[in-house]
Amino acid sequence: MIPRKPATHKLTLFALFIFVFSGVQLSAQDGKALYQQKCAVCHNIFKDMTGPALENIEQRGDWSDHNKLLQWVHNPAAYMEKDPYTAGLKAKYGIVMQSFPELTIQDIDALVSYINNEVAAQKTPKGTETGTSEEGKKTSPGNAFIFGVISVILAIIALILMQVNSNLKKLHDEKDGFIHPKPIPFYRNKTFIAFVSILLFVVGGYYITKGGIGLGRMKDYQPIQPIYYSHKVHAGINQINCLYCHGGAWESKQASIPSVNVCMNCHKAISTYEKGPKLYDESGKEIDGTAEIQKLYKYAGFDPQNAAQWNPSMAQPIEWIKIHNLPDHVFFSHEQHVRVGNVQCQTCHGDITAMDEVKQFAELSMGWCVNCHRQTKINFNYDSTKGNKFYSIYEKFHEDIKSGKMDSVTVNDIGGLECQKCHY
Amino acid sequence: MSEKKYWQGFGELNEPEKHQKGLHNEFQEELPFEDFSNEGLVDAKAPRRDFLKYLGFSTAAATIAASCKVPVRKAVPYANKPDNIVPGMAKYYATTYVQEGDVIPVVAKVRDGRPIKIEGNELCSFTQGGTSARAQASVLDLYDMYRNRFPGRRVSDTKFEEIPTFEQLDKMIGDALTGLGNAPVALLTSTLVSPSSQEIIDGFLKKFNGTHVQYDAISYSGMIEANLATFGKKGIPSYRFENAKVIVSLGADFLATWLSPVEFAHQYAKGRKIDEKNPTMSKHFQFESYLSTTGSCADERFTHRPSESGAVALALYSALGGNVSAPALTDEKLKKGIAKVAAELKSGNGNAVVVCGSNDVNTQMIVNAINNLIGAYGKTIDWSVMLNYRKGVDKDMHDLVDKMDAGQIGAIFIYGANPVYDYYDSNRFKAALKKVKLSVSFGEKMDETTQLCNYVVPTHHYLESWGDAEPKTGCTSFIQPTIYPLFKTRPYQTSLMVWSGNSTTYEDYFKNYWSNKLGSSEAYDKALQAGIVESAAVAPGAGTFNGASVSNASTAISSAPKGGKYELALYQKVSLGTGAQSGNPWLQELPDPVSKATWDNYAMISMPLAKELGIKLDNNYEYYPEKPVVKLTAGKTEVELPVLVIPGMNSNTIAVAVGYGRTEKLGKAAAGVGQNVYPFSSFNGNNIAWSAADVSITNQHKTYQLARTQIHNTYEGRYEVVRETTLATFKKDPEVIPEYRKELAEEYYKGTEDNFRSNATLYPEHLQPGLKWGMSVDMNVCVGCGACVVACNAENNIPVVGKHEVMRAHEMHWMRIDRYFVSSPENPDDLKAVVYQPMLCQHCDNAPCENVCPVSATNHSSEGLNQMAYNRCIGTRYCANNCPYKVRRFNWADYTGADTFPNNQIFTGVGELDPVVMQMNDDLTRMVLNPDVTVRSRGVMEKCSFCVQKLQAAKLEAKAENRVLKDGEAKTACQMSCPTEAIVFGNVHDKESQISKVRNDNPQRLYYVIEQLHILPNVNYLAKVRNTDEIIESGHGGGHEAKVTALPSQHNG
Repeated sequence: MIPRKPATHKLTLFALFIFVFSGVQLSAQDGKALYQQKCAVCHNIFKDMTGPALENIEQRGDWSDHNKLLQWVHNPAAYMEKDPYTAGLKAKYGIVMQSFPELTIQDIDALVSYINNEVAAQKTPKGTETGTSEEGKKTSPGNAFIFGVISVILAIIALILMQVNSNLKKLHDEKDGFIHPKPIPFYRNKTFIAFVSILLFVVGGYYITKGGIGLGRMKDYQPIQPIYYSHKVHAGINQINCLYCHGGAWESKQASIPSVNVCMNCHKAISTYEKGPKLYDESGKEIDGTAEIQKLYKYAGFDPQNAAQWNPSMAQPIEWIKIHNLPDHVFFSHEQHVRVGNVQCQTCHGDITAMDEVKQFAELSMGWCVNCHRQTKINFNYDSTKGNKFYSIYEKFHEDIKSGKMDSVTVNDIGGLECQKCHY
Repeated sequence: MSEKKYWQGFGELNEPEKHQKGLHNEFQEELPFEDFSNEGLVDAKAPRRDFLKYLGFSTAAATIAASCKVPVRKAVPYANKPDNIVPGMAKYYATTYVQEGDVIPVVAKVRDGRPIKIEGNELCSFTQGGTSARAQASVLDLYDMYRNRFPGRRVSDTKFEEIPTFEQLDKMIGDALTGLGNAPVALLTSTLVSPSSQEIIDGFLKKFNGTHVQYDAISYSGMIEANLATFGKKGIPSYRFENAKVIVSLGADFLATWLSPVEFAHQYAKGRKIDEKNPTMSKHFQFESYLSTTGSCADERFTHRPSESGAVALALYSALGGNVSAPALTDEKLKKGIAKVAAELKSGNGNAVVVCGSNDVNTQMIVNAINNLIGAYGKTIDWSVMLNYRKGVDKDMHDLVDKMDAGQIGAIFIYGANPVYDYYDSNRFKAALKKVKLSVSFGEKMDETTQLCNYVVPTHHYLESWGDAEPKTGCTSFIQPTIYPLFKTRPYQTSLMVWSGNSTTYEDYFKNYWSNKLGSSEAYDKALQAGIVESAAVAPGAGTFNGASVSNASTAISSAPKGGKYELALYQKVSLGTGAQSGNPWLQELPDPVSKATWDNYAMISMPLAKELGIKLDNNYEYYPEKPVVKLTAGKTEVELPVLVIPGMNSNTIAVAVGYGRTEKLGKAAAGVGQNVYPFSSFNGNNIAWSAADVSITNQHKTYQLARTQIHNTYEGRYEVVRETTLATFKKDPEVIPEYRKELAEEYYKGTEDNFRSNATLYPEHLQPGLKWGMSVDMNVCVGCGACVVACNAENNIPVVGKHEVMRAHEMHWMRIDRYFVSSPENPDDLKAVVYQPMLCQHCDNAPCENVCPVSATNHSSEGLNQMAYNRCIGTRYCANNCPYKVRRFNWADYTGADTFPNNQIFTGVGELDPVVMQMNDDLTRMVLNPDVTVRSRGVMEKCSFCVQKLQAAKLEAKAENRVLKDGEAKTACQMSCPTEAIVFGNVHDKESQISKVRNDNPQRLYYVIEQLHILPNVNYLAKVRNTDEIIESGHGGGHEAKVTALPSQHNG
């Protein structure tokens, strides 16, 4: 091929333009995602954690210049050598920040604008909620009640009239000379007995079957854990990325519970629970968050007074109670769902960021799995720019999509309902 | 024109009608049914009402048991998680399988801290990822319940007392060593291949004025000494079978047990694969006394008595023009064979090799002279690379025993050797051992020799060890630990160093040794990661042959005593070898390639000898496990063994495998299995011979039960299973198989509107929109070694069922290797060939098993897999009945210990399962289970899944990396273990994949087993071609009586 310079040149320019343009487009919204992915593990906007609070970041150090901030996050250790402010941070927090060489200046802008937005949002008082919808709701149950009462009254009147009618008929018949046999009570009425038995059979059968199917299923299972660990505080209020602790969800079949040394990454610095909301257990008893952190220290063999002496290898493992149990004959891979399928943690684990103590949200039954496999669309590569390239071998689906026979590919289409996708 | 017949057993051969009739009954024997005729049903032992009561009770009990309590499960994470470990993901560590000098570079798959599977190391140039059955099974030895768990001191004849700490032990041994005065010390090991350990041993011996003797249970002493005499090198050169057009083996079982079978099988297969456009292949002749695995793969075989092996070599040398007088051989066929082989060797032009399994120095010298004469040195035999697998010299051991007996040895340290069990004169060794003041065994298990030592200081299993092995010049394979030591054991190297006053551990020593040798610690890390360091290939060295001793050798052979009426040949089985791993249940249950027997050794005898002994080779002989027992006597040694009649044996030879007859201290798997026949071997003043020249055999007129697997599955008289032909026929008429398939297709296309695939069945066609898995098995290179069967056991958690269950045809192997004898119908003893056919689930696209399942527990996947959902299966066994290949296996009992009810391991009326099943259910042994594969419970069907867990893992990796699945990423366990690359597996929709290429390139040999049933299997076979000039003219597929049978009516669509 003969290289055609002008064309390639134009192309490059075009690509560059798109790149720059798309970079500029990074908004505070992307900043939120970046913040949660990169910063939230060690930083909080409003208070000091492993690292300092990020509120008013531009007023500190040289950070009004975002380029300097970029240099710092690219290589904190090198930057610190010539900058007294950051050197002071090391003295204060005892550790040096991890480097993030992948961040660009646009990322930094987005991050700072997100932080500033959050600070602004915190300061504006929250608007009072309007009560109209609630009033509207109130009317509907009232109406239903009135309709119900009227229906019952009408039904009683109908019954009385029927009785009267039947009595009148009887009197009329007697007058005409017909003798009626003695009426049998309703509980010896064969139709009635048959009706009740069938009803009992159907209702009883339904509940027995349902109960039988439910044997061993543990929806809403919420055991008491050795440490009162609140996901609401960690993942909700402090917005720690799920994968920071459950890294296995990205790269292994097991999401895995973090080891003690992962907890201690943050809790070396955070030894008290003060500013967060009050914590209650299931029975409504108040929980002392600081005491729970002390329990962690006991497992870790950590003395906050003598932090420098801590030896992570002397830690004792924590025996958590396993909540989500799949039968042994089920193969389930978190990597497949979280990394490949882009399934949100909440889809199966519920609103985990609002749970103090975790309970089993989903049924974890086969029907529940299969339903999702039926409905969920896979990350199919509808064209060369998007989707997972693995699926490019599915030639038939590509053709069908082109010709309009198919509009999307579900897990079911690629065999997601087959036995040996999960059982082997 | 010649006729031939494929047969698997004598019943089929001699009583075909009765055999066929028998096949239609599930049980041929009388069944122990109650006689209902005289009493009413209520009076019967298990009346209907009782049955209903039990049924009701058990249903209620199961409901209550299942619903009362949900166990609380704990999830305990690491306290301090190492960086590089991800729970739930396997890690792979390169290491090396070393057993008595055998070296196979391997990779251990480690899941959550426990090694669960051994794969071959693909970086190794000479195995290229191939393994053996024993290497595959070695991971189970790690979790052996019967390993020595602590260092001990013998306090009585049978009892060892634990020594609490190694310090105390070291003090005891140190005191004992100083108490010896100046009495010399001896170190007895099997062949030592570790250069760093050799250095430690040298240091130890220097300090204590000791000697090191290497002793091999089956030694190659004759070969080593012959090489010293004729080439001036005390060792064994390397062989290059891939360069040989003519391969002549004089009793060397080089594809199964001789020297380095994995390496040789790999080389051999290169010369046996056929390019259909220009079909050539190497020609393999075998001279031997019994039917060995290698012999069964030979193109032409000639048999002789064991005592004639020297004479055969001499006659061959003479026929080639060697300056010796040919000995007198009586057998005409053998004489003709020698002349033929001589002619072939002459025309080979140096591309030929002669190998010899004899341990006689004179015979080996003649073989060297032959190889020199045909120009093999420098072409097929390479003196620039020496093989280190065996170094033991029989005389050294003999001298050591003499010295021990004379009280001249003060202390003996034994590692890897077990002479009390496998020495020819074990009683003498036992007596001599008692005269040694201090005896220390490093034995991993309480073997026969360890039991008699004063101290046992168990060393690590290789999967727990550091170490190195130098299998051949310029190649080092490394050993690194894959698990923390399970028991209180210590590497023998550390022990030796401590006792010689050096406090370094072997781990540090090893690291230092190799960092220095390789130049840096980075190079050391890299070497450990790759597992193998090989120097660049050098040109084959021819060596300098010195024929001065040949005439003496020929005189010695000519004057050797002639054998008696019957002779005994001792051989090694591919599964157990010398017997070092005989406590391994997987190996014990692996059917022998030739005899298809498990769990025993036996006397293999010829058909004429069976006639002499009055053994009738009818259907009953074949069907029932009871086999006649004979007594073999040679001098004072005698043993009673069951017989197996095998065609193709020398008529006067009886062959028995070594490695059996162990004590229960080696485990439930080894106890009471077979008889020890090592005492039949003898020493001629120079070498040990594993044969007895004069034995008597007497029929004891009693029987013994042998568990064989060959006749457990039947094709109901369908003959199109095996296809085999000769090279001459194949060249002359290459279209035999394609024409047969074309005929079939034409017959079938009638009335299917040209869409045979979908219209020739009532059922909807299965579509594969993405991947479609397929397998190809090349029967030309399958040598029957069984590595795949054991690999499948390990990968898929296949239970061990024990001998009694095998006898009842309940073996669970998902993969079996069918063995077919090929002979003319008139003379079945004159074997033309043996065909090995690995048989596994064929994953039919129109599967007969799927249609009959009432609960749809077996069904078809969109990737062409025939799936089996264990938890859906209700155990009707309709599928197994309907499977024409008989590859489905039913869990008749709870073999795995997976069930809630312990009674599932007991059969009413038959008794409990064999103790070895309980051994496999022990918590320690169960650590070997693959956590990705369900452990099946009683009452469900199972079968080959094409290792679906590995396919899924490969797909997931590709998806996670956002790319297309590459060919070769998804491999089955059998494929990975195969030393000859006979099995190819992959996506058949990918036109560039290896499986597509194999299928496209081999249209003349490609066929599907019983494809006329229109079941559309996804496993194809490539027909076996043997390299002879015989022209087979009749029928399809090379002399087959197969015909296109009429279609069943429903198939006409």
